Amino acid sequence: MAQVSLRKIVKAYEGGVQAVKGIDLDIDDHEFVVLVGPSGCGKSTTLRMIAGLEEITSGDISIGGTVVNDIPPRDRDIAMVFQNYALYPHMSVYDNMAFGLMLRKFPKAEIDRRVKEAARILDITPLLDRKPKALSGGQRQRVAMGRAIVRDPKVFLFDEPLSNLDAKLRVQMRTEIKKVHQTVNTTTVYVTHDQVEAMTLADRVVVMNHGIIEQVGPPQELYHNPATKFVAGFIGSPSMNFIPAKVEQASGALRLHLPQGIVLDVPAARTARYQAHAGKDVLFGIRPEHLTDDKPTDKSNTAPITLKPDVIEPMGMETLVHFKLDGTEVSARLDPATPAAVGAPLSLIAHMDQMHLIDPTSDKVL
Amino acid sequence: MAADASTAPIMPSAPNSGRASSLQRLARRRSTIAVLMTIPLLVVLIGLVAYPAGYGIYLSTLNRRMTGFMEGEWLPNGLGNFEILFESETFWAVAWQSCIFAISAVILKALVGFWLAHMLHHIPAKGQRKWRGMLLVPWVIPPALSTLGWWWMFDPAYSSINWLFQVVGIPQVPWLGEKWWARLSIIIVNVWYGAPFFMIMYLAALKSVPEQLYEAAAIDGATSWQRLRYVTLPMMANIISITVLFSLIVTFANYDIVRVLTNGGPRDLTHVFASYAFQVGILSGNIPRGAAVSLFMFPILAICAFFVLRGVTRRNKEQM
Ligand SMILES: Nc1ncnc2c1ncn2[C@@H]1O[C@H](COP(=O)(O)OP(=O)(O)OP(=O)(O)O)[C@@H](O)[C@H]1O
Ligand SMILES: [Mg+2]
Repeated sequence: MAQVSLRKIVKAYEGGVQAVKGIDLDIDDHEFVVLVGPSGCGKSTTLRMIAGLEEITSGDISIGGTVVNDIPPRDRDIAMVFQNYALYPHMSVYDNMAFGLMLRKFPKAEIDRRVKEAARILDITPLLDRKPKALSGGQRQRVAMGRAIVRDPKVFLFDEPLSNLDAKLRVQMRTEIKKVHQTVNTTTVYVTHDQVEAMTLADRVVVMNHGIIEQVGPPQELYHNPATKFVAGFIGSPSMNFIPAKVEQASGALRLHLPQGIVLDVPAARTARYQAHAGKDVLFGIRPEHLTDDKPTDKSNTAPITLKPDVIEPMGMETLVHFKLDGTEVSARLDPATPAAVGAPLSLIAHMDQMHLIDPTSDKVL
Repeated sequence: MAADASTAPIMPSAPNSGRASSLQRLARRRSTIAVLMTIPLLVVLIGLVAYPAGYGIYLSTLNRRMTGFMEGEWLPNGLGNFEILFESETFWAVAWQSCIFAISAVILKALVGFWLAHMLHHIPAKGQRKWRGMLLVPWVIPPALSTLGWWWMFDPAYSSINWLFQVVGIPQVPWLGEKWWARLSIIIVNVWYGAPFFMIMYLAALKSVPEQLYEAAAIDGATSWQRLRYVTLPMMANIISITVLFSLIVTFANYDIVRVLTNGGPRDLTHVFASYAFQVGILSGNIPRGAAVSLFMFPILAICAFFVLRGVTRRNKEQM
């Protein structure tokens, strides 16, 4: 087990594509870090550079304090789980898991002990004699994890390990992976484009976009205090509403002027923070879950807002309602009991203590 | 089939219309249609395989003038040709030479082909086509023609190879004049001619091995040799065994290279089954004995084919 650190990592593929544009990241011992971001943002490339499968154009990667730039994958003491599992089709499940240990010349008894132990943890003991062909997707996934576990490496690397599974199995295996990490406690770098996976699994989430790191932090931190518009929009589902607004000074307090004459009061606690932006155009960011039906609960830090629903989507435990605000799509998550009808004005409240203001030129959260 | 069984008892009760309708029914049966549809293939197989093979067996039982069966001294009547072959030193030498030639040529072709395929596989796609085309050339030229070229290069009077050797200071080699050198020459030409076939098959097989398996193996700790040993070779096992079998059959029955290069010489020491059969059957005019010689290839190849195909079937079941 070990820390991993990336220093100014750049990857340029031949042909000039800069997949990774100078990222810095420190991963602690035992930590579970998830790299998340849209397709093509350089997550896999970063992971593969840690694994040693991809050359580093510039920068340093160290594992356990040793710079590994020029060390081949087999000497880095890492294990990797691939998206399509990459099990050896000609070997039994047992041999697939034992292979890495066999190459490292472990004694037979030790190999056997470790394989059986991993099989027990992953609940695949009855499958040990089968060939990968005779396994289901979820079972293959477990074997691929078993192959990583038996090695007891310094670092686990996962590249979208769940994206080939159906939705239900994905949720199940997600829990499984979390359980396994709690058992073996190995430093883990996990790549996914699914923000739910990222939020549920990670100790810290690394949000990447266009080859750079947008923000690093624990899931709750990213959710509540996103640093950029990209992170604010990427984390959370459905994603945050961004509404053009103007900040106005009003006798010691600040107000937001939204389209269609909507005016919202900025909570007093935020006044100092936004004071410098008075009179400027900004983006008002609020998550759908913070735009709720007008229930007589604690009304502090809330502002009333009335809108006409465009589309209503009942989901069972909640109802998603979509509005149009001068060309901007806005959505809200409401109690299913709320009587909403398309075109009929609906009074909602905005939880202003959860609001964000974004500078539209720099896309930074203010 | 079940429908046929259930309708059968009804037939006797309608004797008049019975004939016509039972014919119709026969035509409609799935098995009948299946037989009809396989007839063209059966005709081809019978015409091109069964008939020549049967005729070959028949020929091998005749005497030299083909007026009756060849009598044997200790084998039954009709097997006299085989008896004579069993007792002939030349024949056993030919059998040995055929086996040595076929086995060593096939192994060398497989190794050279694999090596070439590996080299090709690792050059970028753009250059690959050009090289692949050039490396396939030996396989495309009719072997009788290219062997003639080789013969020229081996010829004691004009040998360009020997000339090169002389320049570098290596002693002259009697390429076709001494039995081991002559055997080697035949193998060299056969490998030159046949290796591209292995190359192209192995290249296709190499391309079908998923890159991620190599990556997984690299992370698991495999050196490049171990990747070859534990990933590439097992993944290619079927292609390797099928190409080896196929090549073994073709090489065993090789005729043109021996015929053109050495014509069996020196002193019949480089003959293989096919060229010896031709020598005995056509050139010396003993067609039945020539047929007997060529029949010897069959059991040897049949045994090889059995084991190779059994392995292929087993692996297919397990992995694909
Ligand atoms: N071998 C390559 N040669 C050239 N460009 C590449 C190569 N591999 C990846 N890229 C490019 O580098 C960028 C980052 O790719 P990468 O595979 O890291 O994305 P990703 O974040 O893993 O995306 P996804 O979620 O789709 O897997 C992409 O723009 C991609 O087109
Ligand atoms: Mg990827």
